[in-house]
Amino acid sequence: MKIATRTGVIATATVLTFALAACSPSNEEPTAATDAATTTAATDAATEPAEAMTLSGSLNGAGASSQESAMEAWRAGFQTINPDVTVNYDPVGSGGGRTQFLDGGTLFAGSDSLMDSDEYASAVTRCDAESGAIHLPMYISPIAVIFNVDGVTSLNMDADTIAQIFDGKITNWNDPAIVDQNDGVELPDLAITTVHRADESGTSSNFTDYLEKASSSWPYEASGEWPNALGESGPGTSAVVQIVTDTQGTIGYADASRAGSLGTVALKVGEEYVPFSAEAAAAVVDASPLAEGANGENDLAYELDRTTTASGAYPLVLVSYHILCQQYDDAADRDLVTGFLKYVASPEGQQTAASAAGSSPISADLSSEITSILDTIAATK
Amino acid sequence: MTTTEEHKPFEASAVPLTAHKESVANKLFGGVSLVSASLILVTLAAVATFLLVEAWPALTDTSGELAAKVDWIRPEMGQSLIQIVGYLVFGTVLISAIALLIATPLSIGIALFISHYAPRKLAAGLGYVIDLLAAIPSVVYGLWGAIVVLPVLQPFYNWLGDNLGWIPLFAPDPLTGTVSNTGRVALSAGIVLAIMIIPIITAVTREVFLQTPVLHEEAALAMGATRWEMVRMAVFPFGRSGMIGATMLGLGRALGETMAVYMILSPGLSYSFAILQGGLHNTIAANIALKFPEANSEGVSALIAMGLALFVITLLVNMLARWIVSRRSEFSGAN
Repeated sequence: MKIATRTGVIATATVLTFALAACSPSNEEPTAATDAATTTAATDAATEPAEAMTLSGSLNGAGASSQESAMEAWRAGFQTINPDVTVNYDPVGSGGGRTQFLDGGTLFAGSDSLMDSDEYASAVTRCDAESGAIHLPMYISPIAVIFNVDGVTSLNMDADTIAQIFDGKITNWNDPAIVDQNDGVELPDLAITTVHRADESGTSSNFTDYLEKASSSWPYEASGEWPNALGESGPGTSAVVQIVTDTQGTIGYADASRAGSLGTVALKVGEEYVPFSAEAAAAVVDASPLAEGANGENDLAYELDRTTTASGAYPLVLVSYHILCQQYDDAADRDLVTGFLKYVASPEGQQTAASAAGSSPISADLSSEITSILDTIAATK
Repeated sequence: MTTTEEHKPFEASAVPLTAHKESVANKLFGGVSLVSASLILVTLAAVATFLLVEAWPALTDTSGELAAKVDWIRPEMGQSLIQIVGYLVFGTVLISAIALLIATPLSIGIALFISHYAPRKLAAGLGYVIDLLAAIPSVVYGLWGAIVVLPVLQPFYNWLGDNLGWIPLFAPDPLTGTVSNTGRVALSAGIVLAIMIIPIITAVTREVFLQTPVLHEEAALAMGATRWEMVRMAVFPFGRSGMIGATMLGLGRALGETMAVYMILSPGLSYSFAILQGGLHNTIAANIALKFPEANSEGVSALIAMGLALFVITLLVNMLARWIVSRRSEFSGAN
């Protein structure tokens, strides 16, 4: 009995060994073939830049997670038009994305914040030792100040009021500072619970930047880490929205596409109160000057004007950039990057992102400016 | 098949294997078990080395570079790396202690019910259900806690804050005069952690209670003891070291639990005992999960230094448990 079982085991093991041995070469062959095919295709594209429409190869990027759902839509859209291209985007965060790009690991980076002077310098080394890298604003997303007070769907607030609420200076919904700006709104005697992001995020960074610049009551600097120890917090946008939805008397901030049916705050801009909208968010980018230290006129790195008084502009926005070289070593890489980014900047690409991620499409002027900048990206061979 | 054979002892084993074959098998199995045992030691050593090596830059940083490169290290706000680790160790121990305080009596009660009170059929079913609890992933506990449990607990917290607010544990927030409106507080995290560690503690104590020699129990009953007296006189003394060991196993899990705390707690840093206020506590593991995604290389090093602290705490807890168990076992009814 036992001997029979053992023989069985040995037999099985033997068969398995042979089967596995047989497996490995047959597994490798198709991979090698595919690799070869990809390489050939990529070389073809490089030698015949005239056929720019038939792009192939794989394009790797990494960076801000804010763009992740838009990037999914862009990838899908672009790969439908160019079936031979694979676009990969690793949402490691803005800092990680810039590092990977500067180390030469990726062809472009997604970033919520601008490169600092050190990074501009290493970008020159990474790209072509000459013209360095540039920013292109591809993803504009308004940040909504969301709240949960029974029966109230919209409130007017200036930046000072918001700053004082988030700094624990205004602690009740019926505080005169809020009531005075909202004629005819019945505000309850209810404690305010502030809700912020527990993790480091571009949303926090833009929100605190707005509070710092637009109000005189915010004693902290702009930072991706929430600066004070007040209020409640949750990891990620979903958690913040969840907390505000579940709890009466809460106020928080989140990507506007996630505001859902929660109450939202209209910000005071000039003499009027502006609720968030796609047009209002794009308007503030158009009204903003380029940042000092930008890398030439092709570098569309905006210093967002949080104190803008432009009519109908909503200054609490997150702008996420794509960072790319002005010159690539390889024409195939150049074609992939510019081809993809042209699609992203096109009205079609922007609309795709708007419906998938709730972002605000960039204005038509900005779109055509970006396209003409992308046409100037060079390749050394 | 094999089990039936084992019950016929002399038939199968009476067939002698040749001496040669036996020595090969002996060597083989000896070797396999030696390799397995050493693998554990090697893994442990590798983890400890990794933690030390990776944390070294953060631990030895004196130039203030760490604070410049890592946003959440703010010495000017009393949050240097070592201070943060202090807060987090406190939070970790506090929340685990809450979990243990809730889970231990409940688990012993459940185990006792299964081993000595429940009818056999019910006991088997209940034991199975408890084991199922252990199979639920912690991220599911976290979601369930954050979405279902918190809204249920919050009114109870309000009541505690209003009526027992004079006890420092239940003190309301001085700024708003109320306890947390969201319920994302240390007590909630402790309660959900308690539910997560109940299966472990129950399973181990149940097994220990079932081992109680029937003679001891019958002797106690024969002397006129009630069932509860029998449990106190025969079952508990016998199972004491097992209960302690089970509790320490539970504590080990509570200390390292990440996702549930991450999703339930509003994190913060303080040495406060106010377990009904949000934004005051956090645990080491949850903090690592929170800060890692956006961390640069200096940040990762600082986080690994925190991991090292957790490693040391867990090691201490386990050593303590070992020591207690070995000390107690000499006096328990087991011998």
